[in-house]
Amino acid sequence: MFDFDGLKEIWQTIARNKTRSLLTAFGVFWGVFLLVVLSSTGNGFENGMMRQVEGVTPNTGLFFTGTTSEPYKGYQKGRNWSMNLSDLEAIKDNVPNIVAISPEASVWTSEDKNVVYGNRSGSYTVKGVMPEYDYIMKSRILKGRFINNADIANHRKVCLLGKRAYEELFDKDENPLGKMIRVNGLYFQVVGVISTYNTNVQINGSPDESVVLPFTTMQQLFSKGDKIDFFMLAASDNASIAEVEEKVKQLLKERHDIAPDDKTAISSFNLEEVFKMFKGLFLGIHILIWIVGLGTLLSGIIGVSNIMLVTVKERTREIGVRRAIGAKPKNIITQVLSESLLLTTLAGLVGLCIGVGIMAVVGMVVSNMLSDNMMFQDPNMSFTAAVTATIIVIISGLLAGVLPAWRAIQIKAIDAIREE
Amino acid sequence: MIRLENINKTYFGAQPLHVLKGINLNVEDGEMVSIMGASGSGKSTLLNILGILDNYDTGDYYLNDKLVKDLTENQAADMRNRMIGFIFQSFNLIPFKTAMENVALPLYYQNVNRKKRNQLAMEYLERFGLKEWADHYPNELSGGQKQRVSMARALVTQPKIILADEPTGALDSKTSAEVMQILREVNQTGITMVIVTHERGIALRTNKIIHLKDGVIENIETNNPDQLDFNQEIK
Repeated sequence: MFDFDGLKEIWQTIARNKTRSLLTAFGVFWGVFLLVVLSSTGNGFENGMMRQVEGVTPNTGLFFTGTTSEPYKGYQKGRNWSMNLSDLEAIKDNVPNIVAISPEASVWTSEDKNVVYGNRSGSYTVKGVMPEYDYIMKSRILKGRFINNADIANHRKVCLLGKRAYEELFDKDENPLGKMIRVNGLYFQVVGVISTYNTNVQINGSPDESVVLPFTTMQQLFSKGDKIDFFMLAASDNASIAEVEEKVKQLLKERHDIAPDDKTAISSFNLEEVFKMFKGLFLGIHILIWIVGLGTLLSGIIGVSNIMLVTVKERTREIGVRRAIGAKPKNIITQVLSESLLLTTLAGLVGLCIGVGIMAVVGMVVSNMLSDNMMFQDPNMSFTAAVTATIIVIISGLLAGVLPAWRAIQIKAIDAIREE
Repeated sequence: MIRLENINKTYFGAQPLHVLKGINLNVEDGEMVSIMGASGSGKSTLLNILGILDNYDTGDYYLNDKLVKDLTENQAADMRNRMIGFIFQSFNLIPFKTAMENVALPLYYQNVNRKKRNQLAMEYLERFGLKEWADHYPNELSGGQKQRVSMARALVTQPKIILADEPTGALDSKTSAEVMQILREVNQTGITMVIVTHERGIALRTNKIIHLKDGVIENIETNNPDQLDFNQEIK
């Protein structure tokens, strides 16, 4: 019965009873519309929040030293100590589930403008890192490349410029790659320009305002010796950073004669908890949104079913006449189900389109209005969510028609046409 | 055309109601008969059984020599659609369909394609002088026009019999006379016609008047309508 002619017959019934159809369809339209708007808004907030921590690997831990608070093995408490490169080797060898580890050390200078190119200069943080650093704190590479293993092995005198430093030291459009700049009195060749993915998570100053050197080069040229200021590590995705953190601390305490229960000698923090909180929060928001959205949709569908039931009652005579002039039960069922299906599907699609349209406008307005730091961005529904919603609407359109259709075939022609 | 043998029908409610008590009736091919009786005499029930809208308890009903008994809904619908045309007191046109669409509707359930349907519907509307009204909705038509539309709808499937339930009940006497005139003309093309009425003036325009009383046929009056002046008003 799903031929074109049948569809026309059904469409006629819907189109010629506009008020009834609109009232019936409104619930579903509203349900889908709200679902789209809510879901998109939720995604907007999630996108906005996630952008704040973009480029940061969640399984990241940061370790730095403090003074000891317990006397141990003949040392008094209150001792200052420092970590060195061999500690990192030991950690890599002994603690499982570490994918990247990078020390970081900075050179402090009393010079006001410590970085010079040509006749321009500026003051920027100077730090040394290992290539693994890029895995842990992802940078956006604007030009050239990151520090690589050859730089480390050969103690090359190369450097990376932060975006801001590049813009201040070089002319617009000037290629900085291969140029020599003076950093704290020594010359380095620029091999790359980097920028941060976000300005919200930063350790040891903004990468945009720093000059990054190969760790080994810095050690050698600035007489840092073996000491490192702090180090970061990233654990593998399925490992718990908290466990790794604990093992690393234990190992460091053993290697540096620190009491196992010393709380202040080594400090650390990891981003896992923050990420977990974010993820939990957004999972909760999404669940809430779908419950509210589907609830609205459900009430819309019950509304359709309800109005269709009333309609069937109201249309007793029409259905009776159709039966009298030869409509089979099948014809009546098909008619009611198709009406319900067509109405809900149309209403659902209109709700979907209007919802997506409005959210697209909202998204455009928001992105034009404010800076990168907006907590709200790209409010849109995922394609799968849209398809899921559509399928739900179609199935429920059929379900909504079942009871009215059953009622309709209970109508006997004689009851309908009997004079009251 | 119609043969009823000892038809019994009881409605089972709080009090069982024996409506038809052994009806025996023959209606020949091409006859025009009327059924008269007071309300509660069982005339509407009889018409419903004739129209396969209701079933009966015992007895046999032959329509065009086919036994009509224990039919499924589908068989009944099919038989109604192909054999019987209905005309009702309150016309029972579908309000959101135009005159032409109303006439074409029975053909829709015969899976006749839209073009053919509308073409046939137009032919019948033309025959009843309603060509200009084809695109009008029922509420834009007068009572007589509505009844003519419903006659066109009853005839469009070329049924063997027409069952009319108080066809003039909602019409004034002048229009009633016109409608009866049309029914008579239709009958003269060979279509058997059964009319339920409580107006003697209507019954007098049929060949046979079946008087029903308390569920039995009281008597059958033969009548020659040709003696009547058909232009005379009925009431």
